[in-house]
Amino acid sequence: MNAIIALSLFGITNLFLGFLNNRKILLPATLLFVLIAFGLNLADWNHEYYWFHNMLKTNNLSINFTSIILVATALVVAISRGFGNDEEHTHPAEYYGILLFSVVGAIMMVTFQSLFMLFVGIEILSVAMYVLTGSDKRNLRSNEAALKYFLMGSFATGIMLFGIALVYGATGSFDINGIGNMVNQAKLQDIMLNPYGPILYGGIILIFVGLLFKISAAPFHFWTPDVYDGAPSIFTAFMSTVVKTAGVAATYRLLSISFPAVYGLWGNPLVYITCLTLFIGNITAVYQQSFKRMLAYSSISHAGYLLITVLAKTPTTNSSILFYSLAYSIATISAFAVLMVVSEAQSKSGKPDESFTALNGLATNNPFLAFVLTVSMLSLAGIPLTAGFFGKFFIFADAFSNVSSLFKTIAVVAILMSTVGIYYYFKPIIAAYLKKGDLEKIELSPIYKLTLIITTALTILLGIAPDLVKNIF
Amino acid sequence: MLTLTLILLPIIAGLLTLSTKGENAKVIALVAALVELALGAYTFFAFVPDATSQFGVSYNWIASAGIKFSVGIDGISLILVSLTTLVVPFIILSTFQNNYEKASIFYSLILFMQAGLVGVFTAKDAFLFYFFFEATLIPIYFIAAIWGGENRIKVTFKFFVYTIFGSLFMLLALVYLYIKTPTHSSEITALYETARLLDASQQGFIFWAFFIAFAIKMPLFPFHTWQPDTYVEAPTAGTMLLSGIMLKMGTYGLIRLLLPIAPLGVKAWGTVAVVLAIVGIVYGSIIAIQQKDMKRLIAYSSFAHVGLMAAGIFSSNLDGIQGSLIQMLAHGINVVGLFFIVEIIQQRTKSRELSSLGGITQTTPQLTVFFIIIMLGSVALPLTNGFVGEFLLLKGVFEYNAWMGAVAGLTIILGAVYMLRLVQKSMFGTTTSLTEGFEDLGLTERATLLPIAVLVIVLGIAPNIILKASEPAVSQLLSIINK
Repeated sequence: MNAIIALSLFGITNLFLGFLNNRKILLPATLLFVLIAFGLNLADWNHEYYWFHNMLKTNNLSINFTSIILVATALVVAISRGFGNDEEHTHPAEYYGILLFSVVGAIMMVTFQSLFMLFVGIEILSVAMYVLTGSDKRNLRSNEAALKYFLMGSFATGIMLFGIALVYGATGSFDINGIGNMVNQAKLQDIMLNPYGPILYGGIILIFVGLLFKISAAPFHFWTPDVYDGAPSIFTAFMSTVVKTAGVAATYRLLSISFPAVYGLWGNPLVYITCLTLFIGNITAVYQQSFKRMLAYSSISHAGYLLITVLAKTPTTNSSILFYSLAYSIATISAFAVLMVVSEAQSKSGKPDESFTALNGLATNNPFLAFVLTVSMLSLAGIPLTAGFFGKFFIFADAFSNVSSLFKTIAVVAILMSTVGIYYYFKPIIAAYLKKGDLEKIELSPIYKLTLIITTALTILLGIAPDLVKNIF
Repeated sequence: MLTLTLILLPIIAGLLTLSTKGENAKVIALVAALVELALGAYTFFAFVPDATSQFGVSYNWIASAGIKFSVGIDGISLILVSLTTLVVPFIILSTFQNNYEKASIFYSLILFMQAGLVGVFTAKDAFLFYFFFEATLIPIYFIAAIWGGENRIKVTFKFFVYTIFGSLFMLLALVYLYIKTPTHSSEITALYETARLLDASQQGFIFWAFFIAFAIKMPLFPFHTWQPDTYVEAPTAGTMLLSGIMLKMGTYGLIRLLLPIAPLGVKAWGTVAVVLAIVGIVYGSIIAIQQKDMKRLIAYSSFAHVGLMAAGIFSSNLDGIQGSLIQMLAHGINVVGLFFIVEIIQQRTKSRELSSLGGITQTTPQLTVFFIIIMLGSVALPLTNGFVGEFLLLKGVFEYNAWMGAVAGLTIILGAVYMLRLVQKSMFGTTTSLTEGFEDLGLTERATLLPIAVLVIVLGIAPNIILKASEPAVSQLLSIINK
């Protein structure tokens, strides 16, 4: 848990590093900070600790989630390239600082023991993201995205806070285990006879809605495409990996610890939400012309796959969510890394071209980038030999482990939607290999190239030997 | 260990090919394929014809989920492994006239493909099977999409999405069965055991999941719409891989997984499957008769042939399955020969249109002889390899249902019609402006066609070499099915 303290301090340090007038030091310094935090995080391995008067609790599950978050952060930092050197990005130190602060929020979301901390974590993460989304300040779309994200996001957190208040009113506790016990008792009585019943159930539903908003599950997903599309690509990569992982982890933590007794209450709607999320995410992605927007919808659909295993609540759910999040994060960061350099090389009148056509002929002069792109797309599509396949496989296995026949239906929906997914994930591959284009060779900095090699190698490695990390989870 | 070598050798050779430049690639690929062929031949003759699985290895792969890397060769696998190792050298040899752009990638993809195919045919773990089943799709997709014809992007994409769609259903069924196994094992034999515990409706679900997957792969009517276009657009080597070996993954899957895992499903729905297969035979043959493009004609003939194999398999008796196995081998050899001849004609005349060809035979005695031998094999004339398979298959379908057998028997007549038409329109008649001065076979062409023609006749005269090897395994499989 020292990671939280360390990262907060590092964030401030970063702000001060900005005074040095040496942009080059920022990226390596931030990377180092994240790695130190990673080490501190692992120091608590195999212990269960309560922190800050039972506000946070670390166990192996939360440490694993934190690790994935930090790995994703490190990769995002490694491809940030100092946030450019142009006029508009005169404050790179602040971006790095804010990024680290938001990671603090994300870690709180996966280690919270009190609902207070859940709320505070979400707010820290979200406020930082509102700022970063709008950081491309002369770009109209970035501004629009930030405003949209802020308005809808704060509304959702408000709803969640209201839910937390109601749950507190009914159970008298903010502690997730305490709430769990109270819910267990409440369940034994008839809802109409228990004066607190309606308040409790209302509260649960409101918290639930707030969390689903954060992981952009349908029908709470409407902000996602515009925000992901408008934000600078590097922060979109961060949002669709770190924020998503933290959101799913928080949802899972809360539902599995506090509310397993009232599974019917949130489980039944979640079935429809899962199917709807899969359906909307995948079908809408097909119609996108912009690679970046397609990735936004794809992130919605991946929330759907993750919800399947949250819903199935089998003993292997932990490791399935972890594996899937890791596989998804690595592949997504690869994809965004390629998108960033290609869209800048293809920029028209100063604006990066983020459509599929920008990738045309990528393989001719940039075979390495084309290969990285292919592996990441295959992984997101869940084709064997990539990590994404085993991610999906473990999730299907979870779905069938649950005896309820409902899961057969969900699995069939998920299969059909995976097929749809193959359709749009292949668009970039086809553009890169089979279409003609006049893209020049793109020069990559060593750290950028190294990051891409790491993500690609890891995707393939986990696709061949998933046990390497599965045994840890 | 031998099996593992058979899988690893093409992968290593593929990587080696990938790292070379230019002309060397095809030579390395050919040498690798020939070494693989020698290994395949050794396997074939060292194989002890009983029902056991031989030359196998088994490692823990994903220990946490009980999934093993377990491969081995039994009588059924043996036929298909032999087919794969036998046909790939011919496929590589058939490309020696062409100079492909990025040749090193092209040949390495063929070798990767071969490794994947051997993997599919030898996997003893259901997920390993699935893994290879899907993995073969990636090289063939790129072979067809990069070196294919004009419409390749659209056509190959349809093929890719279509087949993945099918195999995802197989994944669904496999995961379902795997979860039901008491110890969470995915050994195929463990799935056989588990399937005994399922009732008819559950087996029906599994039947359809497998059926869709394999029916798309083969393809069976009405899942065949991807096939003719893909065969036509793919480069000839890709078409050979697709029709010669890859479609056998579907028929092999039926034998290895569908029949023994869902016998109650077969009991309930087998008739539907046989009817679909027979519709495919007649439908494919009639369309083949109408075709003007040689490649498309052979594509439809392949569709008709595979229908008969499927009908034989679903009749689930010894003759049907044995017939389908030997027919897989025969069809694989014949269709590679036919596509190669089309390639030769296309290279010299720049045309595949039957109407613009003719009279080739006047200057090409060698080509004519080879073409006719292979054509006769495809028509299933007695003493050629096609005859044994079709005879056994029809016998099997007859045992299942005489009426269906009678309709399926149309394949003999219709097959003769379209194949004779193919030869007659392209080879005989008067020369056209395109076929004037048609040169006879060169050295590599002869080296490819001669062994194929020999195999057509040898397997027709002595089919027992094959049938003996697979019979114990098939009998054992049938005893599992009828348990």
